[in-house]
Amino acid sequence: MEKDLARIALFAALIAILGLIPAITLGFGVPITAQSLGVMLAGAVLGARQGGLAVLLFVFAAVLGLPLLAGGRGGLGVFASPTVGFVVGFPVAAFVTGLVVEKLHRLPPGVSAGIGAFIGGIIVMYAFGTIGMAIVLNKSLTEAALLNSAFVIGDLLKAGLCGMLVAAIARLRPQMLPWYRAPVSQVFR
Amino acid sequence: MISLSSPVRTWAHGWRAGTKLAALCVATMLLFAIGNIVFQTAAFGFALLLYCLPGRVFLREGLRHLRVLIPFVAIVLIWHLVTGDPARGIKTIMRMVTAVALANLVTMTTSLTALMDVVRWMSSPLRRLGVSTAPLEIVLPLLIRFVPVLTLRAGQMHQSWRARSQRRANYRIVLPMMLMALDDADRVGEALKARGGALPEQEN
Repeated sequence: MEKDLARIALFAALIAILGLIPAITLGFGVPITAQSLGVMLAGAVLGARQGGLAVLLFVFAAVLGLPLLAGGRGGLGVFASPTVGFVVGFPVAAFVTGLVVEKLHRLPPGVSAGIGAFIGGIIVMYAFGTIGMAIVLNKSLTEAALLNSAFVIGDLLKAGLCGMLVAAIARLRPQMLPWYRAPVSQVFR
Repeated sequence: MISLSSPVRTWAHGWRAGTKLAALCVATMLLFAIGNIVFQTAAFGFALLLYCLPGRVFLREGLRHLRVLIPFVAIVLIWHLVTGDPARGIKTIMRMVTAVALANLVTMTTSLTALMDVVRWMSSPLRRLGVSTAPLEIVLPLLIRFVPVLTLRAGQMHQSWRARSQRRANYRIVLPMMLMALDDADRVGEALKARGGALPEQEN
């Protein structure tokens, strides 16, 4: 119980820190931050329930007014800004990522985490993000999807990165992935 | 850690957080329900007036928080210039800026403790049903405490990277950061348990 709570709190803090890393600008001028990588990792590392709760806590604290979102944003204004869909979708994205990873636990951990990050962190996240942007900017869903599509390449990279990082954790700290059943050869080395 | 709260004390600091939140809800709903350009302009002017009232320091700080909207303002403006309907674009921009500005006002003039009290009040039906909200009161302070701690550690890792490499730190720094956070979480969990556990009313 205590360990679960501590993991939820510390992973929420980690997502905030990843948002502080200066945005890497892609070739054609679209900045990407590591914050959505943090959301994918929360689901892929902690699993659906704890990962979803960690991201929910992160969003809750940001909305209460802590400047935790990428670029030091936060506060109730988030709910009225064009990125509201992404913020609301964050916990769901982490939950779905975790769900996929748990269902695919027979695959190598890096592969299942990559697939989970793609389904949760990209498909689910963009569904929410597009709806939110369409409402706030008064655009049709197609138009909003077009506006968002510039960020997809960065997020595809992040989904791949998420897979690589989870594969590394499975090797270094297999006990920290609650959904992961390490092969016998790894347990008795 | 930089806070989003106001640098100067305003008359709105004395108001009840619940009242401010309720007023914000009504205002945002009206903004989205009434598409009339006169109403939208009036609301925009009203928000601007609210920002000017507490003085220049407050205005500058408030406008700084609104800077994040600039790219979206630019996108919408260009979009509507291209499609040849600038009036609708300006209305959309005004509505968005007003809504965010009003919400930021509540955040700037309300302390975190006051907002937590509202959350506690709103979650009281859950407690009546027997759902414990104690975990929330443990994880939120933990999060607030660990953001600066992890920031410091991440900064140290960044420095040690730069001491060893000529290239800039890249995504590889995320793995040690994550391992550090997970290892710390286990120790914090043990420490919480050693100090009586997370749920005092329950036998652990």
